[in-house]
Amino acid sequence: MDALLHQILAGLATGGIYASVALALVMIYQATHLVNFAQGEMAMFSTYIAWTLINAGMPYWGAFFLTVAFSFVFGVVIERVVIRPVENSPVLAVVVVFIALLFILNSIIGWIYTYTIKPFPSPFPEQPFFGNKLMSSHEMGAIGVTLVVLLLLYAFFRFTPLGLAMRAAAQNPESSRLVGIRVGWMLALGWGLAAAIGSVAGMMVAPIVFLDPNMMGGVLLYAFAAALVGGIDSPGGAVFGGFLVGVLENVLGAFVIGNELKLAVALVLIIGVLTVRPSGFFGKVHVTRV
Amino acid sequence: MKRMLVPIAALLSAALASSAALAQKKYDQGASDKEILVGNINPYSGPASAYGTIGRTIAAYFKKVNEEGGVNGRQINMISYDDGYSPPKTVEMARKLVEQDKVLLIFQSLGTPPNSAIHKYMNAKKVPHLFVATGATKWNDPKTFPWTMGWQPNYQTEAKIYAQHILKEKPNAKIAVLYQNDDYGKDYLQGFKDGLGAKAKTMIVKEASYEVSDPTVDSQMAQLQASGADTFFNITIPKFAAQAIRRAWDSGWKPVHYLNNVSGSIGSTLKPAGLDKSVGLITTLYLKDQNDKAWANDPAVVEWTAFMKKYYPDGSLLATENFYGWNVAQTLVQVLKQSGNDLTRANVMKQAASLKGFVVPGLLPGIKINTSASDFAPIESVQLARFNGTDWVRFGEIMGK
Amino acid sequence: MKRLSLIGYGVLLLVACVLPFLVSEYRTFQFTLVLVYSIALLGLNILTGYNGQISLGHGAFYAIGAYVAAVLMDKAGFPYWATIPVAGAVCLLAGFLFGLPALRLEGLYLALATFALGVSLPQLLKYHHFEGWTGGVQGVVITKPDAPEFLAVLGLPLNQDQWLYFFTLAITVVMFLLAWNLLRGRLGRAMMAIRDNHVAAEAMGVNNAMVKSLTFGVSAMFTGVAGALGAIAIQFVAPDSFNIFVSLTFLIGIVIGGLASIPGAIYGALFIQFVPNIADEFSKAAPWAIFGLFLIGFTYLMPLGIAGAIRLGLARLTGKEHNSQPGKP
Repeated sequence: MDALLHQILAGLATGGIYASVALALVMIYQATHLVNFAQGEMAMFSTYIAWTLINAGMPYWGAFFLTVAFSFVFGVVIERVVIRPVENSPVLAVVVVFIALLFILNSIIGWIYTYTIKPFPSPFPEQPFFGNKLMSSHEMGAIGVTLVVLLLLYAFFRFTPLGLAMRAAAQNPESSRLVGIRVGWMLALGWGLAAAIGSVAGMMVAPIVFLDPNMMGGVLLYAFAAALVGGIDSPGGAVFGGFLVGVLENVLGAFVIGNELKLAVALVLIIGVLTVRPSGFFGKVHVTRV
Repeated sequence: MKRMLVPIAALLSAALASSAALAQKKYDQGASDKEILVGNINPYSGPASAYGTIGRTIAAYFKKVNEEGGVNGRQINMISYDDGYSPPKTVEMARKLVEQDKVLLIFQSLGTPPNSAIHKYMNAKKVPHLFVATGATKWNDPKTFPWTMGWQPNYQTEAKIYAQHILKEKPNAKIAVLYQNDDYGKDYLQGFKDGLGAKAKTMIVKEASYEVSDPTVDSQMAQLQASGADTFFNITIPKFAAQAIRRAWDSGWKPVHYLNNVSGSIGSTLKPAGLDKSVGLITTLYLKDQNDKAWANDPAVVEWTAFMKKYYPDGSLLATENFYGWNVAQTLVQVLKQSGNDLTRANVMKQAASLKGFVVPGLLPGIKINTSASDFAPIESVQLARFNGTDWVRFGEIMGK
Repeated sequence: MKRLSLIGYGVLLLVACVLPFLVSEYRTFQFTLVLVYSIALLGLNILTGYNGQISLGHGAFYAIGAYVAAVLMDKAGFPYWATIPVAGAVCLLAGFLFGLPALRLEGLYLALATFALGVSLPQLLKYHHFEGWTGGVQGVVITKPDAPEFLAVLGLPLNQDQWLYFFTLAITVVMFLLAWNLLRGRLGRAMMAIRDNHVAAEAMGVNNAMVKSLTFGVSAMFTGVAGALGAIAIQFVAPDSFNIFVSLTFLIGIVIGGLASIPGAIYGALFIQFVPNIADEFSKAAPWAIFGLFLIGFTYLMPLGIAGAIRLGLARLTGKEHNSQPGKP
């Protein structure tokens, strides 16, 4: 029983990682209806910025917020400079541009910072909370941060005019244009927000997996699965999906099928769920208009 | 017309004279009076790009050798290609090097799967496939593959040494093993089991594998801890080794912790994991650790640091790969030196197989490179070491051959 | 136009036949790989370009084809040529079966399902219960075929690379003809109808479920045949040869080559074979960055792929209205 509890908690901890990246994926999907394959590498890029700032002597929280701000601008710039020219191209051409971005960011960071893993500081104490040895305090803290981000997002979209405008622009660009929303900028804002959330995710992930240019490679797939299982248009669903994937994967790996195939089986299960509930647990069911 | 004949005659006589004087000069493709062309394949992109820096260090070292006059008056020119750690690409690049660039030999191609893909080809073409950058045991097989040779101590030898140490120190140990689910992890695991012999079945209470693409090994660590093991053999690459060390510390599991040499670097594994959390780790070493304070004033480390600053300033001084590359490159230079003016492939291979007590500066005191016609494993000895919080403290004798 | 393109294909085939006598063995080997990739890309293009189903995991079918060939040659003593149809059949079935549940998934969800397939297949290949067959993490080494002896008797001695090239070329031609016929026919029209408007297609009496699954199967079959040929050319299969980047490379290939275009598969194959090598020549420090820049450059300049750009260019040259339906070969 203890072993099971241990696996569930370990699953929640890794699930927190998936959840935070899944949240960024959902953000960009809400703005653009695309899944950004470079999301993980963008988060990794931001985390290196934070690492550089901290190493230059900046206090943790200063570096944290500066990185978030920088990442927001970085996201907007990427949308304006790289994505804008292919806006009207076929979807798959945009996907190829995402893959290209992934390659470029990964390669350039590896070139500048080398591939040696680097420790990344955590804002949380090293000793576990309440003497609980099953989860480190950073892991608990990271989950907390993810939930805070989720709340902020919810509030932003629900209660601010800008959030409303962004939602409108994503859902119906033509009508939004008619009511005076600058749809192009809303897209760019979406990219900025996604990049900012990604940077938070990166800074929360790095103390656990260590900072290296490939740190997001493995995470992205799980985050993708998490976002979809929760419902790609639901931030809450994405977070739930992250935890679900993390726990499912660990429990299956430890008790049912062994570590060798845990990823495969977890994915098969998720896809099984999706064939029954095609829009995820919390996604909106779309009715096709003929 | 007559005027033309004079210089031609002069040339002819000069040619005749020099060919008489240099009768012993022999070349295969890729070698000449001026240069020795060496091929190299490294993952500069893709999932194993962390190792790409080895290729850059080697290139930097050859640059240094060339600036200092080359080998026996010949410049070493290395052509290096990226295979992204993908075996099909390795085949393509090896063929390009051999058939199009016409190199004399291929040096330090990296990784077991990529080298497995070109193993047969290199031997069919009879092109030296020297000092491959992988610790698989199969590279030491001069009978079937007389053109391929490894360099570092192989994984199985190393794992057997841990097994012997456990059998001696703690014959009733309950052992947990974490290993990477690929050729490297399984080679170690095999050697470890062979070393434990009949007791492997009872002593190993839990094995857990992970994939390189896994974000963390938390789940595996929880499984291993739950098994009640008191001894832990950690077969992981630096990133996961650091995670495992920290995870064990976080969760209060304190087994006797054996860490494979692959992750033995203080700079790239123990520092990120936390030096205080790494106290008591046991590993084997064959190279000096350039980040270990104990070696800070060692001539090898001092020379290497100066070399890095001058020839590869972008390279990380923390990365063991760069120290490794510097040492392995010197081994090749030695082979080329020994080959003298007979730069045929057969002779290069013969010289590679006649290294006797050769010492590269980075090797631990007492470890020497020995090869022979029936022994294609250049480095076969290692020494156990325990981490005391700042340095690796070596203990016991040099083990292996 | 029809006659013109026929002549075009004839010239192309002629060039392809002469090529191995003009270039080195190593180049011949590279062009063999181009042919192999072109079959794989054609397979993916049938699914994605013509039927609108996105697959991020076609590397899996490529791997299955490769392993079928390798295992049959290594364990069952099959001659190399006999493994090709088996690999195709196995992948046809695998693709069809995978397509059945995947049918219910659309767009992104299908992308995830295929992505998952692409990511998990190498793990299956390593799985210890299959090790007896697959060789586990070590993979399988296979022997390169020699040219049949009758060719030498006929006074046409070919070396191994040339023979393999012609063998691959013959299969490539067969596969391209097959694809061309298929896409022109009933199934092809149904596929495109579903891509353009699946509700309307259903209303017109197209059995969407069946057509989509079949398309998946056919597409996997093409890619599987390519995988088998690739394994024979490389002489080695291992789980590490088939990571997710293979699938992404295929996707890049069809987009850069041109979606829903048969010659696009050839352009795409040339791109994925040669452009990474060019990137590597530019920079050892960051070859992926250069490759990424190439990708962005191509998508900016030719959003409809190389095939699309050529089509537009030809249309401008001949002054004729260009064929606005990219589906027509």
